[in-house]
Amino acid sequence: MDKPLLEKIAFNVIQGRVEAEDEGFDEGLEGEPAVTELVKDALKDGIDPKSILLDALTESMEVVGEKYDRGEYLIPDMLASAECVGVAMDLLSPYLIKAGVQTKGKFVIGTVAGDLHDIGKNIVAIMLKGAGYEVVDLGADVPTDRIIEAVKEHQAPYLGLSALLTTTMRLMGDIVEKLKEEGVRDKVKVLIGGAPTSQEYADQIGADAHCKDAFQAIDLLKTMAS
Amino acid sequence: MDFLRSRQSTMKSEDPVREPYREGIIVKPYERLSLEQVKWLDEASVKILEDPGIWCYNERAAKLFKGHGAKVWEEQEASSACWRVSFPRGLVREAVSRAPSRFVLGARRPENRLLLDAELPRVYFGSGSEANVWIDVQMEQFVSTNDSQVKIRVPRFRELRGDSALLCRAARLCERLEHLDFFIRPLNIQDPDVTSDNHDVNKFFASLNNITKHVQAGLTKLERLKDVVRMAEIIAGGREALRKNPIISFIACVFKSPLQIVDETADKVFAIVESGLPLVISSSPQGGSSAPIQEAGMVAQINAEILAGITLTQLIKDGAPVLYGSVPVRARLDDLHDLYGCPEFNQYNIDCVQMAHFYKIPCYSTAGVGDAKVPGMQATFEKLFTHLYMAMSGAQYIHYAFGLLDRTNSFCPVQAVLDNEQIGKIKHCLREPKVDPPIVEDTLRIVKKVMTSPHRLFARHARKAMHAGDVSSPYRFEVKGLEDKVLENALDYTIQLERMAAPHLDQATVDRIFNEIPGLLPGLKQAAE
Repeated sequence: MDKPLLEKIAFNVIQGRVEAEDEGFDEGLEGEPAVTELVKDALKDGIDPKSILLDALTESMEVVGEKYDRGEYLIPDMLASAECVGVAMDLLSPYLIKAGVQTKGKFVIGTVAGDLHDIGKNIVAIMLKGAGYEVVDLGADVPTDRIIEAVKEHQAPYLGLSALLTTTMRLMGDIVEKLKEEGVRDKVKVLIGGAPTSQEYADQIGADAHCKDAFQAIDLLKTMAS
Repeated sequence: MDFLRSRQSTMKSEDPVREPYREGIIVKPYERLSLEQVKWLDEASVKILEDPGIWCYNERAAKLFKGHGAKVWEEQEASSACWRVSFPRGLVREAVSRAPSRFVLGARRPENRLLLDAELPRVYFGSGSEANVWIDVQMEQFVSTNDSQVKIRVPRFRELRGDSALLCRAARLCERLEHLDFFIRPLNIQDPDVTSDNHDVNKFFASLNNITKHVQAGLTKLERLKDVVRMAEIIAGGREALRKNPIISFIACVFKSPLQIVDETADKVFAIVESGLPLVISSSPQGGSSAPIQEAGMVAQINAEILAGITLTQLIKDGAPVLYGSVPVRARLDDLHDLYGCPEFNQYNIDCVQMAHFYKIPCYSTAGVGDAKVPGMQATFEKLFTHLYMAMSGAQYIHYAFGLLDRTNSFCPVQAVLDNEQIGKIKHCLREPKVDPPIVEDTLRIVKKVMTSPHRLFARHARKAMHAGDVSSPYRFEVKGLEDKVLENALDYTIQLERMAAPHLDQATVDRIFNEIPGLLPGLKQAAE
């Protein structure tokens, strides 16, 4: 009885349908229950949240990744699927915590102060959430103190900083210094991204890595975890 | 005279068109001339046809004009027989109004047919036109003289004389170019065994056996028209089937500018019109030598020539399907060769599109010709300059658009592939806007939804448009690094397309054609497996 429902959730993740009113990759799906409705049904039916996570969400995201690699899916398709997983994770979180299931870790992310550009940061946040990280998104134009505070408050092992301007990216170096001053630098990996940044710049300011896009961020986090 | 109204009522009862046909692109026409200016030019053309009139070197045409009220007298000064014809304006107006404004150009595959409608600016792009040289492209590696570790790949070009095998290759490639809507052979065939006698049957067969889109060409020898028509009948499935689905049509440059009807071509016009197949009445004066260089003078003259040619077709056969064929060019003033990549070319051509629209006759127009001799920045500049502009004009049938280089002297398959990409983008750019109340309503819903979502990102909602083909793709041959590899990428893609199977006719049809039609080259005898 469980299987069809889990299969439906997986199908809708691949289709990138968060809610019933959403269109999918294929035509004619509008109005059909989507990930939100199906996960709620699954929980109501008493299906093991771990099973929903592993059998429906994780596997389907792997299929989505393969479709992207083959050129069948583009970024909007990936984001739609990742958003599905993000929404499902929000619904599952209380149950998973109760069952003692750990997420892949907290990831604090934000665009630095003085910079309002957040498209790239949002894409990374959605993709990381879809990949199973607990994302704490601070938004754009975030003061340095607020970032340090969030890292400490959430005891986050990962911090992602974004900037699109050469004038604002300098703050990334200040943040790394401030983490040192606060004595938490060795507890958090700092990843930076944004058009003017580079691996060279990451090395210069003492960040742990530079990510050219969300996919590289996910790959780097996998490497860091292992 | 209420010319337009009388013309519209003439066409009302005629509607032979059934789907499917190629989509083309329906545009909102850009008009250069005001209606008043169009009428001034129309009046100027009519006056030219009255006085000085035309110099007609074909007796049958002169007699036909005379029989319908034209003032015709023998021209004493001419070295060969020549008749001066002064057209009363009523004769031209009446004849032109009888030309159909809407008809179909057929194709081997029904979905490749073209619907030409003078009252609808549906734009089709096609190839052309009988270049003598095929430009072959190969990449070659070069090593930097400063640093032997630095190597670059550079396109190298080689000229080949056009022949029937290369024409087959061109047709096969054009079959695969999704934005090419019709095929005018882009290459002349100069095989040792090709003579003026078997030229027509071989060029038509090489084309028809390698492409399923509409095939159009000039006629080299009047005597072989019957064989070409018979070939088309065999392919289309009989005489009546060919009439309903004219898979071939013809181009006749009946005027030698300025204002002279060519004897031999006029005979061909008689025969083609009598065959019932569609025909382009094409004129190509050169501003600065065979026509005035000034816009008004050029357009008044070419329009006069085309109107006289169309008049001839309608006097031969009432309602003969004919295209208004305008190829006005400008002379370079340093050597009096044609100059294509210049603003005047666009001005002349778009004016002619407006004239054709005024007469409600589908327009055969021109774009994509330039002076560049190889693919590259100059070629792209010149081609984009006319591809975009002429598409915006709403000309129904734009030839010369694929692969031509060095004016009309060379055809390059890689350039045709580049042009295909460019034309695809232009077609996309000129699509009708999708804005209506349900779409606006849907947009408002999405805006509300996104603005209440955590990241306020519209990317997910791009999918519907993306998958419906409403969102264009990046340039197919783009390179992300600091290198220009457009030609290399286009060459790779050309090779891929050329590897695809040829859409040959079936064995029985090919056998029948070879049995019935004399003069076909044995090397062309290929059939579908």
